[in-house]
Amino acid sequence: MSTRREQIIYLLIRMVMYSIVLVIGYILFDIVRHGLPALNWEFISEYPRKSGSEGGILPAIVGTLSLLAGTIIVALPLGICSAIYLSEYAEQTRFTTIIRLAIITLAGVPSIVFGLFGLGLFVLFLNFGTSILAGSLTLACMVLPTIIVSSEEALRAVPLGYRDASLALGATKWETIRTNVLPYSLSGIITGSILGIGRAAGETAPILLTVAAFYLPKLPKSIFDQVMALPYHLYILATQHPEADKVLPLQYATALVLLLLVLGLSLGAIFIRIHFRKKYRW
Amino acid sequence: MVETYPFPADTNHVITASRVNFFYGATQALFDISMDIPGRRVTAFIGPSGCGKSTFLRIFNRMNDTITGTRIEGEVLINGEDIYESGSNVVRLRRKVGMVFQKSNPFPKSIFDNVAYGPRIHGTHDRQQLAEIVEQSLIRSALWNEVKDRLETNALGLSGGQQQRLCIARALAVGPDILLMDEPASALDPKSTIRIEDLIGELRNEYTIVIVTHNMQQAARISDYTAFFYEGRLVEFNATKKIFTKPREKQTEDYITGRFG
Repeated sequence: MSTRREQIIYLLIRMVMYSIVLVIGYILFDIVRHGLPALNWEFISEYPRKSGSEGGILPAIVGTLSLLAGTIIVALPLGICSAIYLSEYAEQTRFTTIIRLAIITLAGVPSIVFGLFGLGLFVLFLNFGTSILAGSLTLACMVLPTIIVSSEEALRAVPLGYRDASLALGATKWETIRTNVLPYSLSGIITGSILGIGRAAGETAPILLTVAAFYLPKLPKSIFDQVMALPYHLYILATQHPEADKVLPLQYATALVLLLLVLGLSLGAIFIRIHFRKKYRW
Repeated sequence: MVETYPFPADTNHVITASRVNFFYGATQALFDISMDIPGRRVTAFIGPSGCGKSTFLRIFNRMNDTITGTRIEGEVLINGEDIYESGSNVVRLRRKVGMVFQKSNPFPKSIFDNVAYGPRIHGTHDRQQLAEIVEQSLIRSALWNEVKDRLETNALGLSGGQQQRLCIARALAVGPDILLMDEPASALDPKSTIRIEDLIGELRNEYTIVIVTHNMQQAARISDYTAFFYEGRLVEFNATKKIFTKPREKQTEDYITGRFG
């Protein structure tokens, strides 16, 4: 009797899983099917012409890559340090509970709110203008909660015994964290962070008001320049372009490039993960 | 050597605890414990679970400091120095007072890096010197012959008993005088347990060893002195032979004869 129920539940769970895979698979298939024909070397290596109806998307690729780099440079150290503080140093009081709650809430704030915040603080108040700097900082704010939460979890997953053994040998707290906590949790930290940052790569709202250029067929010279970005370019092609139907293949190709970029990022994370797993197996 | 208690007049007390009270938050875990622990002897702490024996052990290298909300009253002298005096150096204390934990906890690094970890954080980086220390420590912990050909392999590939002896080697590598052992063999099979006990027998001439054990036969086999704890109090402290043959206290007798605990 109970094994029969077990089987039904098992079947249900499997079907739910397959339906999700099916939907995602279809989206991917659709993008690849329509995007691949328009994807060629010219498309990724040339400047756009005629408001994006012709030519390539090089500035948008460079723009998104520089935003990602900026986001990683800002958010990763800040996030990891905050996680170390919360997990290793802070006493567990009501204050830290409130901080954690605030971080989790921040993770759920709609991205347009971060965009407006970035516009107010970085673009206007700090006078960075619409620039890579302002955009990266805004995206960094958006992914910080994800990085902090996943890093803290990765740090907490390191068995207490390692910390105790290290301290008992006369290591200071920081030496213990640096040599016997951080290295073991790095694979988890990197994986969680890259997942968050990968999502940021596809965000449109935060960069809409802080960095993204409608049409700017040249490469940025400094972090105070505006850039085009893949998601925003996609949005423009799909909704603002006078001949949206005609550039449909370009939209798909742009989406495909964005997907490949995020895929590359995830592969990088997996590679780092494997590397550290091999080095510190526990 | 026949150990006697009270101690002979010329005994060198390496650890002296006076009127120690200990609290986890509002809960008092240890009550008014005074005890002298002789140098270069094996002293065993026995008692039922939760009696405070491990807590008392962890006072000697201030490992309880890592738990928030703990508080200690009283005085603990190690080699004449008050280790809880403000300004006392915890790092230096822990170099002199090594610890082996109940659950063997080698780092997920190579065998070599495990043993070299302590010397490295204390400033030894010369490869030759480190190799020397690692070899000596592994020889002392009776592990050298088993691992000398695979020092660069991950320590987690060792068996449970080997891991625990590695942890002992790692503790010895920083050159302590005192070794605290918190039920070091309780998670091991009988054969590995015997090896650890033999090892303690070999180390006793060079180190002051304090061992917490819930295994009374083990205490009887390896220790010179035994302290019986019950509900946070030190009930009886005596030469191990006395404790196991003619305990003074009724509670001790009940415990060692298996009437409770």
